[in-house]
Amino acid sequence: MKCQICDAPATFHLTDVVNKKRRELHLCERCARERNLIPEPPGPQIDLKALMGLLTNPFHAPPALAPEPAPEPVCAQCGMAVPEFKATGRLGCSHDYEALRPALEPLLERIHRAMTHAGKTPRAVRVSEWKRRLGAAVAAENYEEAARLRDLIRAHE
Amino acid sequence: MNLDSLLPNLGEWLRGTGPESDVVVSTRIRLARNLADLPFATRATATHKADVIRLAKEAVAKCGGAHPLEYADVQAMSPLDRQFLVERQLISRELASGLDGPRGVAFDPTETVSVMVNEEDHLRLQVLRSGFALDEAWRDIDRLDDALEQRLAYAFHTQFGYLTACPTNVGTGMRASVMLHLPALGLTKQIDKVFRALQKINLAVRGLHGEGSRAFGDLYQISNHVTLGKSEAKILDEIREVIVTIMQYERQARAALMKERRQAEHDRVARAIGTLGSATMITAEETMELLSAVRLGIHLHLLDGIPVTAVNQLFIHTQSAHLQKLAGHALGGEERNTARAKYLKTRLRDLDSHK
Repeated sequence: MKCQICDAPATFHLTDVVNKKRRELHLCERCARERNLIPEPPGPQIDLKALMGLLTNPFHAPPALAPEPAPEPVCAQCGMAVPEFKATGRLGCSHDYEALRPALEPLLERIHRAMTHAGKTPRAVRVSEWKRRLGAAVAAENYEEAARLRDLIRAHE
Repeated sequence: MNLDSLLPNLGEWLRGTGPESDVVVSTRIRLARNLADLPFATRATATHKADVIRLAKEAVAKCGGAHPLEYADVQAMSPLDRQFLVERQLISRELASGLDGPRGVAFDPTETVSVMVNEEDHLRLQVLRSGFALDEAWRDIDRLDDALEQRLAYAFHTQFGYLTACPTNVGTGMRASVMLHLPALGLTKQIDKVFRALQKINLAVRGLHGEGSRAFGDLYQISNHVTLGKSEAKILDEIREVIVTIMQYERQARAALMKERRQAEHDRVARAIGTLGSATMITAEETMELLSAVRLGIHLHLLDGIPVTAVNQLFIHTQSAHLQKLAGHALGGEERNTARAKYLKTRLRDLDSHK
């Protein structure tokens, strides 16, 4: 079974019966912990308030903490908006990463525990960055660095 | 492209001779890439998709390499041919039947490199190698990626890296997965413990055919989950470290089996080969379970005369699309079970006579 919030396997299962209505909640350990549902030892008390808040409205923060309603962001290129993205899990075009950034960043943090790329960069992007630094090196009269960057650019163009 | 020409061959990844091949069947790395100025699949029209194909085909044709990639139009293919490519691990089940519209795949004759076009992302590059070969696979795919990038403008963001249709792939766009054969951990009931440990460190475990598929024949794919915030080298190192540990556990479990119940194991392997060679009807699942025992038997020297490559070939050729290709026509469920048993019997008899 998958976590209802992220896609990790659910290991934390809660069942609650109020007025003969049964409600279930399946979360992974990480999401459960984020919502303060798992007590830190030695305090064996479950945070009942957090639990009730989550059971009545699992996908939103308690109303007291909700931000001021802002205009819903929409991608000007492809028309993708947050509700559609949340429903399908797929973005419409590469511009969505900018257009829907406020909704995406917390999601990326949750999925990857990171928000900034640390891997490979396309050659074209690398070369333009070197060119920028070459300009700066020349302006600063750092000719050794400039020569190194010039060779690097030549080797990759 | 006539896919029948692939039938007698075996992709390089199934040679069964790569590093650590007693436990590691194959290594796969894939990179998700998108073109900067075209919408992703959910927003793409047939015209957009045709543009992606045109650009991808041009770039692929010029990217050189030792073996040229040939493009096949998946949309125009029969369902049987699509399934055939899935069984050979050249395309995903999604590209085969989960999507519609123009789409295809380019791959080389050794079936080491493939580029899916118009899957969830515009391009899905893949390198598949035999055994435990993360470095070699990365070297190949990095080179292919560079070659394609010279001719294609990739969607790249300075903060988020390579942009993908699903945020779970953004950043490196890289998924590295290692297919392991873990029969002894299964027999000694330690497998669940291993997988619980893996999930804690954020690695995914899946069956042979990827997401949602069951692990048949003690085959498991272990892959990274996180694609953002770590370099490709770091992600590969983390997987490598885990695989090395699992290999140790599996080998220890195999040694324990040999020490504590060698006779029983020998019997199990002999019965497996006996059933494979004499059944008149057999399902794909049972075949995989029995071949798993045979594969273990070979590595434990309980069985001679059968090369691992032959087991791998049986493993692929007894899957449903391959059987139908071998038969030359479509087969129903029962007919497949009969054809599978007949094929196994013939092949094992051939192997026996070549001893």
